Formats: sequence, C-alpha cells, structure tokens
Amino acid sequence: MRNRVEMDMDERKFAFLTRMGDSALILSQQLCKLCGKGPALEEDMALANVALDLIGQARLWLQHAAEVQGAGGDEDRLAFLRDVHQFRNFLLVEQPNGSYADTLMRQFFFDTWHYFRLQALSQSTDARIAEIAQKSIKEVTYHVRRTGDLIVRLGDGTEESHARVQAAANELWMYTGEMFEADQVELAEAAACGVAPASGLRQPWLDHVGQVFAEATLTMPSPDAWMQKGGLQGRHTEQLGYILAEMQFLQRAYPAAQW
Amino acid sequence: MNAAAELDIGPDQVWGWLAEVSDPEIPVISVVDLGIVREVTVGAAGPASCTVTITPTYSGCPAMEVIAQDIDSALRRHGLLQVTIETRLAPAWTTDWMSAAGREKLKGYGIAPPAQQVVDISGILRRSRAEPAVACPNCGSARTRLVSQFGSTACKALYRCDDCLEPFDYFKCH
Repeated sequence: MRNRVEMDMDERKFAFLTRMGDSALILSQQLCKLCGKGPALEEDMALANVALDLIGQARLWLQHAAEVQGAGGDEDRLAFLRDVHQFRNFLLVEQPNGSYADTLMRQFFFDTWHYFRLQALSQSTDARIAEIAQKSIKEVTYHVRRTGDLIVRLGDGTEESHARVQAAANELWMYTGEMFEADQVELAEAAACGVAPASGLRQPWLDHVGQVFAEATLTMPSPDAWMQKGGLQGRHTEQLGYILAEMQFLQRAYPAAQW
Repeated sequence: MNAAAELDIGPDQVWGWLAEVSDPEIPVISVVDLGIVREVTVGAAGPASCTVTITPTYSGCPAMEVIAQDIDSALRRHGLLQVTIETRLAPAWTTDWMSAAGREKLKGYGIAPPAQQVVDISGILRRSRAEPAVACPNCGSARTRLVSQFGSTACKALYRCDDCLEPFDYFKCH
C-alpha cells in the first residue's frame, strides 16, 4: 500500500477484491487437506464440496482483481506468486484445522459472515461484484445451513462433543472481530458499491451465532472481548507461511508449470 | 476456402449439434438439457464462425472446462472453423433451466431430478424450512430422506429411500 492519504480507485478495488478472494482461497486450501480424512463419509464429501465452491469463488474474485490490477497477470499469479504480507485473508481462516470441532467452528463463523456479506454485495451497483455475489450466495446458503445444523448437533450432543465445540468457540472468538472491520478500503469501496460496510454485518452475525449457540446449549463469548486484527493489512499469524509453502510449492519450484 | 465455409450454418443447426454434447459427469444429459447454453450466435467472425455463451453451474465445477472443450471440438467436427466459448455469470444458472427431457433422462439414470424451484437463499436456517419432496428414482416411493446436502459432485445431494432402502443421488435445487 502506498504511503498516501488516499488510495486511487483501482488500488482500493484491488485490495477489496483480494480480501474477498484470499479468504475463500485460504479456507479452501485448509479444507482440501482434510480430503479423505473426514470423520464420516458424508462429512468428507461435504468438506470437499465446500472447498470446491470456495476455490471457484476465489477464482472469480481474483480474476477480477487481476483485471483491475491491469499488470497482465491472472488469478493464478495472485494465488501462487504473492508472499504472506500480500495476502488479505482473515486470520480466522488460516487457523489450523485442529480437531473437527475447530474445523467446524471456524467454518460456522466464516459461513455466517460470508452469507450476510454476499447478501449485501448482491445489491452492489458494481455489476461485476454483484454478479459474483449472486452466484456465490446460492452455494454459501447450503454451507451455512450445514454448519449451523452441525454446531447444534455437537453442542447439544454428548458431554465430550459439547466441551470440544465450546473450547473451539472460545479459542477462535478473538479472530472474528476483523470480519467487521471498516477501514479506509472497506468504507470507500462499500460506498462506491452502494452497500453497507462490513461493520453493518456485525449485528446480524451476532444474532445468528447467538441463536445457534442458544439452541446448541453453548455459551457465546463476549462480543466486547479483545479482538486480534491484522489480516486485512497483511499482518498474519505464523500459520499462513506454512499454508503458502504447501500451496505454492509447485509454482515456486517449477515456474509457469502447467497442468 | 474449404467446403465448411460454404455451408449455410444457422443457429438452429448449432443448437441441434449442442444437444448431442453430453455432460461429462452425467453422460445421459446434454449441455442443452442442463440449461447451461445461454446463447448461440453464428457468422459474426466469418461464415463458419460461431460464439457459444455458457454459464457455470457451480463456481468450482471442474466439469466446466471439459464442457467448453467438448463444445469446441463437437462444433469443429461439424465444420465450423472458428468457435468462441464465452462465459456469462449473470443471471446465475439455476436448475429451473433444466429441460423437461433432461429431468426425465436424469430419473432414468437413477438420479432424482431437482424439484421445480431454485434454492431459497432468503433464510440461513435449514431446520425452519420444508425440504422438497424427492421421489426415489428406483422405486418411485415418496418415503425418502436426506442423508447429506453434499453428494458425489457439487450439484448433488445424497438421499436414501425408506422403502427400497437404496441410497440415491438427488440433483439439488440451485
């Protein structure tokens, strides 16, 4: 980011689009690691399906980002040749898969945000952003219903499953705050698209998470708790380095290799 | 110019050829049955040229690239010299665009066709909404239940019949 008070329009849009694309990309990469290792066949297929939807969505956002950037690159260059500090994904999605409770809680927090975010962006006056959002929300509606159901089943399940999802919620809670961060990029781009900024999604998100937690007999951590931020500015946890090392290995070792 | 350029090819003929290009994952239905071909224009870039506009089913559907290649080679086989495949996102593809013939073919193949409604994106909770009635493609029974919203491919859900006890795929609403 250049050291100027105002970013130009393309720079701002590029930052906004990579935020959308990078979170989908990194979460997809994380879920792909579980392929063949799901706790049940149905869950294994669900994880792979969700990962596939997310990689497709990441591709749409990053394709558009590459066009806006106008440097002759494409979505593959953005995915495979940027380094940690250039990624704009949420810290939440780079957190380890952990136990299935951790994987599921991470997904539930993200899916809920994703649903409300896409719902808002579907109304964007930027036609391209609107059409990507309208396409994606059909898929994400299935994602968010599944994770909500599973949180209830595990939370209101055995003593063991309850304890595990509660611990996962407590552990991941501090990474949920930045999903509603409205910095200069967010405020300006949301205004340009004629939609409410991400800060406006916080209340519907809290309401839905609260409703599901109540049904799941889980205790929701305090909305006023301290929140870890930095992902949107490229300040990541150490986890992202490991993820990129694996995801980018082939293109780094064999530049321009094609399938 | 070769013989192909002299062919008098119209859009209807191209639609007819496209109706023979099958979906790579569900070979009994064609790309036209599936409703992913949105537009065909002929002759814009020369007498034997054609542009086919398709729309992706799911964002990450791995079959889309194969479908584009299959369309390209099928049309070239029929003598078109220049084939352009364009992708259009909006309006987003919906299972409502699947043809009646396509639905019948799916059923014959053992996949329950989608109920006649798009996915309801207005609500975030599944338990609050009624699931569409899905008839078993094997025995016709209406006593079926959802096993998982996510099946063997992105477009399918997994069901099980309580009468014949067979598991089956359901082409879910989208």
